[in-house]
Amino acid sequence: MNKADKSILTKSTIERLEKLLVVFPEKKSIVLPALHLVYEQFGYLNKAAIAEIAARTGVPDIYFEEGANFYTMFPIAPVGKYLIQVCHNISCTLMGADELVRYLKEKLKIEVGETTADGLFTLVTVECLGSCGTAPVMQINDTYYENLTREKVDRILEKLRRQE
Amino acid sequence: MSFEPILLKPIPDDDQIDVYEKHGGYSALAKALKEYSPEQITQIVIDSGLRGRGGAGFPTGRKWTFIPKDNTKPVYLCVNADESEPGTFKDRQLMREHPHLLIEGTIIAAYAINCHQAFIYIRGEFAAEARLLEKAIAEASTKGYLGKNILGSGFDLNITLYRGGGAYICGEETALMTSLEGGPGYPRVKPPFPAVAGLYGCPTIINNVETLCNLPPIVANGADWFKSYGTPKSPGTKIFCVSGHVNKPGNYELPMGVSMRELLFDYAGGIKNDKSLKAVIPGGSSVPMLTGDKIDVNMDFESLAEAGSMLGSAGVIVMDETTCIVKAAYVISRFYQHESCGQCTPCRQGTLWMYRILHRIEHGKGRTEELDLLLDICDNIEGNTICPLGDAAVPSVRTSIRLFRDEYEYHIKHKKCMVELGPRFE
Repeated sequence: MNKADKSILTKSTIERLEKLLVVFPEKKSIVLPALHLVYEQFGYLNKAAIAEIAARTGVPDIYFEEGANFYTMFPIAPVGKYLIQVCHNISCTLMGADELVRYLKEKLKIEVGETTADGLFTLVTVECLGSCGTAPVMQINDTYYENLTREKVDRILEKLRRQE
Repeated sequence: MSFEPILLKPIPDDDQIDVYEKHGGYSALAKALKEYSPEQITQIVIDSGLRGRGGAGFPTGRKWTFIPKDNTKPVYLCVNADESEPGTFKDRQLMREHPHLLIEGTIIAAYAINCHQAFIYIRGEFAAEARLLEKAIAEASTKGYLGKNILGSGFDLNITLYRGGGAYICGEETALMTSLEGGPGYPRVKPPFPAVAGLYGCPTIINNVETLCNLPPIVANGADWFKSYGTPKSPGTKIFCVSGHVNKPGNYELPMGVSMRELLFDYAGGIKNDKSLKAVIPGGSSVPMLTGDKIDVNMDFESLAEAGSMLGSAGVIVMDETTCIVKAAYVISRFYQHESCGQCTPCRQGTLWMYRILHRIEHGKGRTEELDLLLDICDNIEGNTICPLGDAAVPSVRTSIRLFRDEYEYHIKHKKCMVELGPRFE
């Protein structure tokens, strides 16, 4: 791809990508950091963006595809503006993760894996978030929410809705 | 029952370099570079008896000596900050509150092993912690603790932060390296060990966050000081992560060998709502369960092994009488089948079969003969895989059947839990 062509990556993404290329002894090491860049810009692993990165860097796109299949933290298709990830591993289960999921499903009127009609919230369950001492825990996009109660969940969702 | 923590010192704003320096931060690094050769640092760490805090408990100093003496290739240091063992949340707190302690420990370790490029592999979900570490690295560079000719010693080091992608397996040291090289995180067969042929085929040392955080105090105070804490074979302090049904869950840094009873009742406030203690998993979800009457055991590598479990990552998961053991085992099995990388058949298939059987039992569709089948699958996974993930999937499920078989049988026969589950999320 000619770099003068129209890019779907932001200037900041391109700059950070170029910085990555000089950091590692081997170029292939940029695969996972590049997936982070795409996820940060698009909220999911946008295929065209990955293709553009492959073309720009000369790292074969199969490596990015392999990474996209292996690393579960990145959605591979668009999700709601707020991706709600509820930990349902052992410590969170002991502290009521199932009830938390049920409560979120009722409040958002969606099932696990679905997105609200307004495109605002997607609800998923995930394995251990590494915050077992403050269970139950959920992560919304980048942010952890800990020691959750019904009241706290109400407040968090309300605040996110108000921001719209 | 009070103990002054060494790593988790309650210093506000210790993530800021000025605050960290004001409390003696980076003086151990200065001492290391000025007073000791790399070999001397390694010897101090060997003498201290420090053992890896990631779970395996391997002597840290000895690990460093495995780098071939005639090596001509670059040496890499990988900081294992991919904390993902269920029940474990100590490294996160260290990185949040004391990121410079980790940076200082990393520089000391790099100096000892003659490494000029270190990587911190942090789990992808820890975005806030990654930002804190980026800031700490930048601050340390500005102050001359990183980069070229550190503190005029002639020693150079660059630290690069690398964020994972949500795969538990990448906490396994060889998978961590494969991931850093840009591939899916598949573990590699050992030997060759990473110290001989690791990252990019070069000698590589992988150390856990808590392990490295122990280095500045060891260099500052000496090996004998470190050995004055803990037990002869497990010296030092340890951060115990207590989660589940206790009144005060959290991280408790205490001398190795503290009794589990003291940890749970004196520090973690006892069992929630005055319920009775049913079972404990003392070292993260990968280690054998103990019944609630077995807590008069000391929390160190040797004592827990003698008691039939393991210290592991010291993720102490506490389950009260209202816990359904079948449900607990089911949840744990779901995790391992999800995280198996799929490379070895016994782990890929075995963890899936375990999960499916436990799913059936949990949902009232189990058969009694499946309990022995589960144990048989456990036997066939254990020891038959490239990395320890397969082995890790076995112990808690196996012990849950051995210790609570009646509860499984009840669950199968009556299609429901034997215990009444208490409300948890209010």
